[in-house]
Amino acid sequence: MGIIHFFTACFKELLKGGAAYWIWVTSLMLLVIQGVVTYAGQLQEGLIKTGMSDQVSWGIYVANFTFLVGMAAAAVMLVIPAYIFHNKDAKRVVILAEGLAVAASLMCMLFVTVDMGRPDRLWHLMPIVGHINFPYSLLTWDVLVLNGYLILNLLIPMYLLYNKYMGKEGNYKLVLTGAVLSMFWAISIHTVTAFLFSSNTARPFWSSALHAPKFLASAFAAGPAFIILSFKVIDMSGAFKIGKKTINLLAIIVTVALQINLLMTGAEFFAEFYSEGAHSASARYLFFGLNGADKLVPWIYSAIAMSLIALVLLMIRQTREHPITLSIACVLVVIGVWIEKGMGFVIPGFIPTPIGEIFEYTPNMHEVQVSLGIWGIGLLVFTALVKAAIPIQNGVLTHSK
Amino acid sequence: MNKDTTLKEKKAGVSRRKALKAFGLGATVAAGAAVASATPGKPSKVDISFDDQMGNYFQDHYKKMTKEEIKEALARLERRYKATYDVDIKVDNMPAQPGVLFGYALNISKCKGYRECVKACTETNNQSRDPEIQFIRVLEMDKGSMNMEEANHYFSDDETVPKPDKWYLPIQCHQCENPPCVKACPVEATWKEPDGITVIDYNWCIGCRMCMNACPYWARRFNWKAPSLPKEDINPVTHYLANRPREKGVVEKCFFCLQKTRKGEMPACQEACPTGARVFGNLLDPNSEIRYVLEHKNIFRLKEDLQTEPKFWYYSD
Repeated sequence: MGIIHFFTACFKELLKGGAAYWIWVTSLMLLVIQGVVTYAGQLQEGLIKTGMSDQVSWGIYVANFTFLVGMAAAAVMLVIPAYIFHNKDAKRVVILAEGLAVAASLMCMLFVTVDMGRPDRLWHLMPIVGHINFPYSLLTWDVLVLNGYLILNLLIPMYLLYNKYMGKEGNYKLVLTGAVLSMFWAISIHTVTAFLFSSNTARPFWSSALHAPKFLASAFAAGPAFIILSFKVIDMSGAFKIGKKTINLLAIIVTVALQINLLMTGAEFFAEFYSEGAHSASARYLFFGLNGADKLVPWIYSAIAMSLIALVLLMIRQTREHPITLSIACVLVVIGVWIEKGMGFVIPGFIPTPIGEIFEYTPNMHEVQVSLGIWGIGLLVFTALVKAAIPIQNGVLTHSK
Repeated sequence: MNKDTTLKEKKAGVSRRKALKAFGLGATVAAGAAVASATPGKPSKVDISFDDQMGNYFQDHYKKMTKEEIKEALARLERRYKATYDVDIKVDNMPAQPGVLFGYALNISKCKGYRECVKACTETNNQSRDPEIQFIRVLEMDKGSMNMEEANHYFSDDETVPKPDKWYLPIQCHQCENPPCVKACPVEATWKEPDGITVIDYNWCIGCRMCMNACPYWARRFNWKAPSLPKEDINPVTHYLANRPREKGVVEKCFFCLQKTRKGEMPACQEACPTGARVFGNLLDPNSEIRYVLEHKNIFRLKEDLQTEPKFWYYSD
């Protein structure tokens, strides 16, 4: 019976809130509704409504997917200090990071689904009833690890919160096992996503061993940066005081990860251009344009500029610890990494095609609208999880017999 | 000159797509139900029984179906095509013949860039006409160079070919012995048949396009919208794994005309080539013409270094 009480109490919590909360929720819902309506058009007509082509057969949907796998994985940056090192500051907020992991994994699955030509055949990907090409196809790995990660990040916090709600002591060993599992799992989801690209020998831009570690580095920059920003919002709303120490810890993680990511970008740049050959065509297209086609050039330089400005702000102690400059740095990191992994990584892999055609891609309004709809769903889920979790965490919401 | 025509062609293609999209968008906003009937090139109402719709939806993977189930699936398809196109289409499922491994060789000194192969392929294999899906891409390159990034993919049909300073390289599915596309597919919707042809179960493909990323020869095409295939253009002699009319949201590619070649005929592109540049046959037959070419000519394969072992060779006299 306790579990039913728990869920109804959580749900009731979602209905409480001030004007700001309801404006936020309503605008997200509107975003979701326009996304659903737009996607209905795609279901009817097909992927022709997007800007994709036989030449560039993945676009902004997969770009968002790639970025969000990183956001999901980034929860590990609080899971490790909280559960393994018993860092008190991290422990207080780890549940929020896990909420982000849940929302991000969900968005990943939605982005893969809207990118499918035949979403009605999703069941073909399920074990037993379907017919999955495991272990050969990397996409099957991605489906498995993402689902597993979503479940882990739902179960661990739910178990902790439920116990807290019922006023019981949880089984710590069970939680620790789950946490360790989710650590390895976080690394694996992003590695598998990188392998999804680097397994294509016909596309030299993707086919590099550097991408898995680089994906992790950029994820551990953008993820914690996003967590800092959401903490600031939660802090401002007055629902939950997030200590300065926690923010500081996260800011340092962002700084180091960003440094590593930029180092790898530099290494890549050298390998592509010192002895430029056929393998560098996509990189040339991305950074300088190829045979007059250069639509991605402004994207990648804005991404690099954002990362560099953020790095300067983060490396100077005064600006790193100042709330406004830190927020600016975090926004720059999130947008910079989003561009770098999406428009700067997924798209150039297709240009030129393996037989040399240079055919460009720009996301169209349809894709932007559907993507915004999915972001709306993700932010709604994140908001709901945080909204219900905070009062339980604070001991305000408990089971009263 | 060349580049101008290419650009114009590209632009024309793009604006046509844009127009289509704008039309689609308007219609959706106006009324969802009207869209199906307003889509050009499709009959206004397709009458498919509930049983057939369910049977189609729950149809198993081709290789997991029993003989009986395959028979039902073929009949279901024939009924659907009749309802959709009002044409009696025969869907066959002739298996690969023992002792046969198909291979192709193309004489680049004979190819003059007429692109008759491209046209014959589309006429035989029921590809969508709008947008037009072509399995063969002919590259026009400067003599003395094989830089594909400099190649012209869109030389116009109005230009006289061959141009004196150019040479031509047709590329289609190379039917790799070690196909990366098969490995990449998450649901085994594409596989290599015993006669060496990589096929697709269009009823099982989920449209994720992993295979398109994996292909080193850019041989795979996607049905971005429901294929539009005018009734009078339909070839009614089809095979389940080959040229039966396709559907929205699935991948397709060259299958060496297996609906013909398994019966001992030549593929359409070979028959259509006016210069005799194309040699097709059974690699396991020591007396075949293809074996003669492979043993006596200077041959090469594209991107051999990727170790996909294509069964498509190029040679010159």
